[in-house]
Amino acid sequence: MGLEIAFWIMAIVMVAAALAVIFLRNVFRAALALVLCFIAVAGIYVTLSADFLAAVQILVYVGAISVLIILGVMMTREVQNGNPVNKMELPAAIVATLLLGILVYVVTSTPWSISALDPLTPTTMPLATKLFSENGFILPVEIGAVLLLAAILGAIVITREDKK
Amino acid sequence: MTIGLTHYLVLSAVLFCIGLFGALTRRNAVIILMCIELMLNGVNISLIAFSSYVVPQLLTGQVFAIFVMVVAAAEIAVGLAIVLAIFRHFSNIDTNDINLLKW
Repeated sequence: MGLEIAFWIMAIVMVAAALAVIFLRNVFRAALALVLCFIAVAGIYVTLSADFLAAVQILVYVGAISVLIILGVMMTREVQNGNPVNKMELPAAIVATLLLGILVYVVTSTPWSISALDPLTPTTMPLATKLFSENGFILPVEIGAVLLLAAILGAIVITREDKK
Repeated sequence: MTIGLTHYLVLSAVLFCIGLFGALTRRNAVIILMCIELMLNGVNISLIAFSSYVVPQLLTGQVFAIFVMVVAAAEIAVGLAIVLAIFRHFSNIDTNDINLLKW
């Protein structure tokens, strides 16, 4: 019972915050609504018994990515009044609604093979075994590290002032 | 009514479509990056829901969600760097006015 209530609270907060991100006129308030949406997504992860991923969601999204986005909003805030839309609003609304309808139809009509087992908790140690063991995901982990290094270097190179 | 896999999948589809609509219609480049993050979060919810309902003892979906987070962090860093570089050159981040590569 408690799980259902938690799910519906998180779902309603999440969808409302996501709608606020795209419909609020003030860009800074949209960024704050995005933070609220990330926190609600972390709550959804908790209801799915993914405790490690909920902690990572708080650390990475709420802690790091939202700070980066708010920094970007602060540095570019004076140029644009509000959050204007382009000419494609009606076609984009039709496409998004159509995609949502198709996805909901497919999800509700597919007979998913639900497992009878309970999910693994806590997930931290099995996840570490999965990621770092001999026949696990150690190569993708290394590639992810290289990707992050390349992204950091690329961001530094792109934003650096030309000193000539 | 108990919460099942379908609820989580419909929720992730709703979040993905809200993000898609925002990314297609907004003109502020930072808002577009925020909408892309919304879409990635929707995908993550569906991955973790599949992981805990279909293969609850294997955690494969959670490993995939971790890699999605890694790529999202790299994407937002490079994306905001590009937005700031564009802002420095044009003093503008309106995607309607940044059309140098358009013919």
